[in-house]
Amino acid sequence: MGFDAEPDLGAPPVRGEAPMVIATIDGRPVTVPAGTSVMRAAALAGGSIPKLCATDSLQPFGSCRLCLVEIEGRAGYPASCTTPVADGMVVHTQTERLKTLRKGVMELYISDHPLDCLTCAANGDCELQDMAGAVGLREVRYGEGASHGALPCDDSNPYFDFDPSKCIVCSRCVRACDEVQGTFALTIGGRGFGSKVMASQDQDFLSSECVSCGACVQACPTATLTEKSVIEIGTPERAVVTTCAYCGVGCTFRAEMRGEELVRMVPWKEGKANHGHSCVKGRFAWGYANHAERILEPMIRASTADPWRVVSWDEAIAHTAAEFRRIQARYGAAAVGGITSSRCTNEETFLVQKLIRQGFGVNNVDTCARVCHSPTGYGLKTTFGTSAGTQDFDSVEAADVIVVIGANPTDGHPVFASRMKRRLRQGAKLIVIDPRRIDLVRSPHVEAAHHLPLRPGTNVAVLTAMAHVIVTEGLANEAYVRERCDWDEFQDWAAFVAEPSRSPEATEPLTGVPAQTLRAAARLYATGGNAAIYYGLGVTEHSQGSSTVMAIANLAMATGNIGREGVGVNPLRGQNNVQGACDMGSFPHEFSGYRHVSDDAVRGQFEAAWGATLSAEPGLRIPNMLDAAVDGIFKALFIQGEDILQSDPNTHHVAEGLAAMECVVVHDLFLNETASYAHVFLPGSTFLEKDGTFTNAERRIQRVRKVMSPRNGFADWEIVQLLANALGLDWRYEHPSQVMDEIARLTPTFAGVSYAGLDAHGSLQWPANAAAPEGTPVMHVDHFVRGKGRFVVTDYVPTDEKTGPRFPLLLTTGRILSQYNVGAQTRRTDNVVWHPEDLLEIHPHDAEQRGVRDGGWVSLKSRAGETTLRATVTDRVAPGVVYTTFHHPQTQANVVTTDYSDWATNCPEYKVTAVQVSPSNGPSDWQTAYRQLTEASRRVEAEIPGAAE
Amino acid sequence: MMSPAERLIYMANQIARNFEAQGPATAAQATADHIALFWDPRMRAHILEILAAGGDGLSPLAAEAVRLLHARQGAARAG
Ligand code: SF4
Ligand code: SF4
Ligand code: SF4
Ligand code: FES
Repeated sequence: MGFDAEPDLGAPPVRGEAPMVIATIDGRPVTVPAGTSVMRAAALAGGSIPKLCATDSLQPFGSCRLCLVEIEGRAGYPASCTTPVADGMVVHTQTERLKTLRKGVMELYISDHPLDCLTCAANGDCELQDMAGAVGLREVRYGEGASHGALPCDDSNPYFDFDPSKCIVCSRCVRACDEVQGTFALTIGGRGFGSKVMASQDQDFLSSECVSCGACVQACPTATLTEKSVIEIGTPERAVVTTCAYCGVGCTFRAEMRGEELVRMVPWKEGKANHGHSCVKGRFAWGYANHAERILEPMIRASTADPWRVVSWDEAIAHTAAEFRRIQARYGAAAVGGITSSRCTNEETFLVQKLIRQGFGVNNVDTCARVCHSPTGYGLKTTFGTSAGTQDFDSVEAADVIVVIGANPTDGHPVFASRMKRRLRQGAKLIVIDPRRIDLVRSPHVEAAHHLPLRPGTNVAVLTAMAHVIVTEGLANEAYVRERCDWDEFQDWAAFVAEPSRSPEATEPLTGVPAQTLRAAARLYATGGNAAIYYGLGVTEHSQGSSTVMAIANLAMATGNIGREGVGVNPLRGQNNVQGACDMGSFPHEFSGYRHVSDDAVRGQFEAAWGATLSAEPGLRIPNMLDAAVDGIFKALFIQGEDILQSDPNTHHVAEGLAAMECVVVHDLFLNETASYAHVFLPGSTFLEKDGTFTNAERRIQRVRKVMSPRNGFADWEIVQLLANALGLDWRYEHPSQVMDEIARLTPTFAGVSYAGLDAHGSLQWPANAAAPEGTPVMHVDHFVRGKGRFVVTDYVPTDEKTGPRFPLLLTTGRILSQYNVGAQTRRTDNVVWHPEDLLEIHPHDAEQRGVRDGGWVSLKSRAGETTLRATVTDRVAPGVVYTTFHHPQTQANVVTTDYSDWATNCPEYKVTAVQVSPSNGPSDWQTAYRQLTEASRRVEAEIPGAAE
Repeated sequence: MMSPAERLIYMANQIARNFEAQGPATAAQATADHIALFWDPRMRAHILEILAAGGDGLSPLAAEAVRLLHARQGAARAG
């Protein structure tokens, strides 16, 4: 792929169905949907009309007057960007008169523009420069006068500069921030010559409301808003389309390169998940790939008390294989296992679970989805028959009512949140069910119709109360239920939820949600038209996570909100490939495609393909592995791309389990927190350094493409293959596409997936097979995958984690926009300017009672442990509730979380911990001890010359 | 912190409690099915031992489910 800026058709396509009209533009006939602008039609016909204020990601604005055209039978020179094509219209885009007019317009712009094109960072990538050429501007008649040349550059944002001296006040940036991102951080202040772009109240970008999504930078036609990396490195020379490795939205980007150096990541307009938008993480926070702390050579050590010893790849692989074989011989086959990563590709994940099942002969494989969305898998499979969300992201554009439960999309899934906000600005109604007043509840031009600020841990009671209202007020969609679901099960469920004890009034004391608010929300969900539910970890990470997922599914079925555009049940997946990791057979009881290991027919296929006898027994889950390790019977663990010490609950217990093992292998980019307990470190590759696929939250399989060579020497799939072959397996993959071919052969829902197919379609949403060759955007259209939709009675069982006099507050945890998960990557980028530390949000009332000051240090203590961090006093959280993030190892919020977990899947209960908060003046004992431990365990032996040979 | 045995008992009780609303017969079956599908053989063996040793700490529903599991495994072995 060579470098070619993406084509810009100047105006967006017409939405929805429209009759076709035919026009003639410069003698060429063109057929377009009615409503299409003349500018876009001309571009589609192969022409191009000069423009400055128009771009195809934004609604036309008509301010620059450069795009004037002549239309036969019409007076004057209309702007082509704002004029829709009419049937039979005859348009001329290049006439002598137009040339003169355009030259005049350009001349005015250029007269107030610094003429330092040769040294400008955007030289060759500037629309103003291009347009000056396009209109044939050769001279500027206006002399020296007032200009904006002396305005200072704002370089406060770590990733882009704002140089107002180059601004032509086209307002593309302002409109991008409003229309695409929905943050409304920019305005044009002043009038006439004094007009200028302002961030918030004329602040610098960093201190403004700007969330650094980059939409304005992308929209800017000049060098006014420019990526710092372009200023430093220069303009790119080639581009490769790939997929973001951060969150489950799965934005696709053009990685724009100079040689092997990444210049910038530009969101790809053709990307079906993001349609050309991005957030600060995917767009800018990729510098971790070159961070000084990245480990590039394998290391081993006999004991975690020893310093690391750098070794060759051969030695590291041989040592690891020998250790696993020794441990299996001594302690039994089941004494070993592995963890796959939701950050790695489908192909890598598939190979890790294959290594464990085929190579070690056990099913002790699990994945980080255990700690986030395992209840989604269980709940949706039980009710609908598939462990995945029902819709594509585009579906939100047809939603009339949007329910957000236990998710904070503007921080966790920002690009999807922008789509959602756009729909809300168009008039869709919003219901937020969350203990915190998340940003969506009230943000510019968006306000929730209802916010149900429930007490953490009462999701099932709240959803059942909503079901109570729907059933007892006769709002259920009986015709749909009779046709699509099991009627007897529905009746059992309806009788259960209709009991008076489950009414909003009866449960209000427990949930804290005013009954009238809950009733109004339930009525709106049931009767407001297409209603779609989006939920996140605030649903799953509870002792009743699976029940909550099923309660959501019940509501959707009872109201007929499954099986078409605009409705559905949509888990917002946390990590980029958490859907894929689950699909690929990362769970200890399932092969790829969610088929139980005890199914003889399925197991037989894998046995035949892999030439090995496979275990029919479910293996250990992560918490069970740790328990078994403490028990002394689980001794070796291979961990790819996960940091269980920081991400999993009850850090003390995780540390105890890891410390009890004889061989812990960490395969990662950095010496993460888990590596303090590791005996082997295998350096990993970044998503920029390998080929593969990720599957996003809408089941969309997208290509990850290698744009540079792996700095550590191998792509991760190659490293797993080296290990497999050292264990005596005979793997011969030469490219990840061959792994995908194997996945397709063995997994019915992936049967139609191949790299050639992905290249042809851009992406595919599984199931993609003979029955659905183009993939499946919306599931359960005519019938549920399991046949009849199944209503499951979900009793509210309160968590055993209870508040009391010693621990009177409820802690709930979450994430923020600029950081990602345990922060291993984002902490190693400039994103730290937005979130240098984890903070504890506490209500003013609770703070005052405890003498806690805003910004002061506090101790946060639970039955499991204690940590210290600084407090933010805010009424975003309700009295009795405190909130923090878990992005920083120094805080280790999981020191305080307990090991209570979801009843069905053991997904940890991160969202409810009884705690006490008190002022503090220093780190907890644990923090001090932990800092010493990590410092000691990160020592690397001084290299002895020649020793590595 | 719970011992491994306490944790298994806790897990079995928790599963049973969440199925309870489906009525005693269905709930015991569902709990037994759940344990069979998701627990590794060592955990299943351990909970059977706990039952054999008197089942202290198991709720009546969880104990019934483990009894069912025991009967099934016996049947499977005999078959
Ligand atoms: S980076 Fe995004 S949020 Fe910030 S001003 Fe630009 S468009 Fe708005
Ligand atoms: S900053 Fe760029 S996009 Fe914004 S008004 Fe100026 S030239 Fe236009
Ligand atoms: S982090 Fe998520 S929303 Fe942001 S660019 Fe990446 S995939 Fe898109
Ligand atoms: S491009 Fe049409 S008026 Fe600016």
